[in-house]
Amino acid sequence: MFTQVYGDNGKMKEYHYTGPVEHRFSPYSFNGGTVLAVAGEDFAIVASDTRLSEGYSIHSRDSPKCYKLTNTTVIGCSGFHGDCLTLTKIIDARLKMYKHSNNKSMTSGAIAATLSTILYGRRFFPYYVYNIIGGLDEEGKGAVYSFDPVGSYQRGTYKAGGSASAMLQPLLDNQIGFKNMEGVQHLPLNQEKAVQLVKDVFISAAERDVYTGDALRICIVTKEGIKEETVPLRKD
Amino acid sequence: RKMATLSVCQPQLGGFSFENCKRNAVLEAEVTKLGCNIPSARKTGTTICGVVFKDGIVLGADTRATEGMIVADKNCSKIHYISPNIYCCGAGTAADTEMTTQIISSNLELHSLSTSRLPRVATANRMLKQMLFRYQGHIGAALVLGGVDCNGPHLYSIYPHGSTDKLPYVTMGSGSLAAMAVFEDRYKQDMEEEDAKRLVRDAIAAGIFNDLGSGSNIDLCVITKGRVDYLRPHDMANKKGVRTGNYKYKQGTTGVLTKSVIKLDLEVVEETVQTMDTS
Repeated sequence: MFTQVYGDNGKMKEYHYTGPVEHRFSPYSFNGGTVLAVAGEDFAIVASDTRLSEGYSIHSRDSPKCYKLTNTTVIGCSGFHGDCLTLTKIIDARLKMYKHSNNKSMTSGAIAATLSTILYGRRFFPYYVYNIIGGLDEEGKGAVYSFDPVGSYQRGTYKAGGSASAMLQPLLDNQIGFKNMEGVQHLPLNQEKAVQLVKDVFISAAERDVYTGDALRICIVTKEGIKEETVPLRKD
Repeated sequence: RKMATLSVCQPQLGGFSFENCKRNAVLEAEVTKLGCNIPSARKTGTTICGVVFKDGIVLGADTRATEGMIVADKNCSKIHYISPNIYCCGAGTAADTEMTTQIISSNLELHSLSTSRLPRVATANRMLKQMLFRYQGHIGAALVLGGVDCNGPHLYSIYPHGSTDKLPYVTMGSGSLAAMAVFEDRYKQDMEEEDAKRLVRDAIAAGIFNDLGSGSNIDLCVITKGRVDYLRPHDMANKKGVRTGNYKYKQGTTGVLTKSVIKLDLEVVEETVQTMDTS
């Protein structure tokens, strides 16, 4: 049944429908989570929260979204967890195939280009995943590659993705990109300050985004290897 | 001549009162033409609950208000005053719970003056359900009403369409399942006050940690004959993480393009201070 209202031109206008509605099966679901990557002069940081949720419930408080690909590259994937798992499996397989046919590991730039092709291959039934790759390029400098669900990508210095990305990105634009500030010294970002900034920014994201919380996993990529750090966040 | 109870503002013409719907439809059309959206109603997510114990009632609520899946208010108050001996927790649309409880509180005060008696919980329940039914569920207010009157302690749960249940323990809101799980496990008849407070605190905590729509602190309200303890906050279950960096800007960081000074001759009549969270 529904209630009708007389619109402007005097004709009956339906404004509220409360009868039975047909719902189609949706192959996607949103599992929350936020990822962040920052590149420095000789390091790269990829961080993600560890909460896996669906609707108003929490599936897991310990499900990190950073995956190690090579000794110099880490990928952060958030969105639909089913597609995140499948996509990382596919990327691992492609890494192995490349290593066996070219006798060397894939570089960060090569992984990014390959991922773009993999994602566009599913242009008409996309992987519902927001990817950010963080690692060191061939010269040892930090690199961040950010993607959209169908494979458009771009190299940058910093990017936030996932549920709280709209809250984090403006803050990073200001603190790392020095945007909208006058008369401030453009100091290059060192590793300690970058890690401190990432922790603070996730503490703030956990305050206002219900999908972000529980714990923060930080992967720091340097020429020595990949170091992992875990920091607790709000659990509510 | 009929002796009718005094009520504020409401011309009881009977049936539904949808007079604002045409206006809302026109406003929505105008706003959409400009390319904007009408603001969405803020819902409270929420876990609220109540329990009857030996000497009275304990009501509990979390303090998070959400707008979509973003936290709009980290410390809002969901336990509303109805009368000195009756309080009401509200879940659903924040404006609806606030305004509905205020209207009934006002009408109940007038009724209490007219009858020269302390108001009864059943009266508040009847007034709330009759108003909500009149609006056919369009007022999204799900309430837990509790109080102590001349007939003892009473606890009701009231649904947006106007149905009510009179029970010894109730939960409402998106976290109601988590809270009810705790109640079903540990509720006993005729508990002591401390046990009842601990049970309600644990039920709300279950909602806060397991439901994404609920969070922050736990507020409690203990009502007994002749005494009300409004404990806000009773338990700060979640403190904000401490940030190590300093994000204060020096004067002049925001570029000034033009400046014009207009002097206003004002005289300070009253000065009040309201604290806000600037951490």
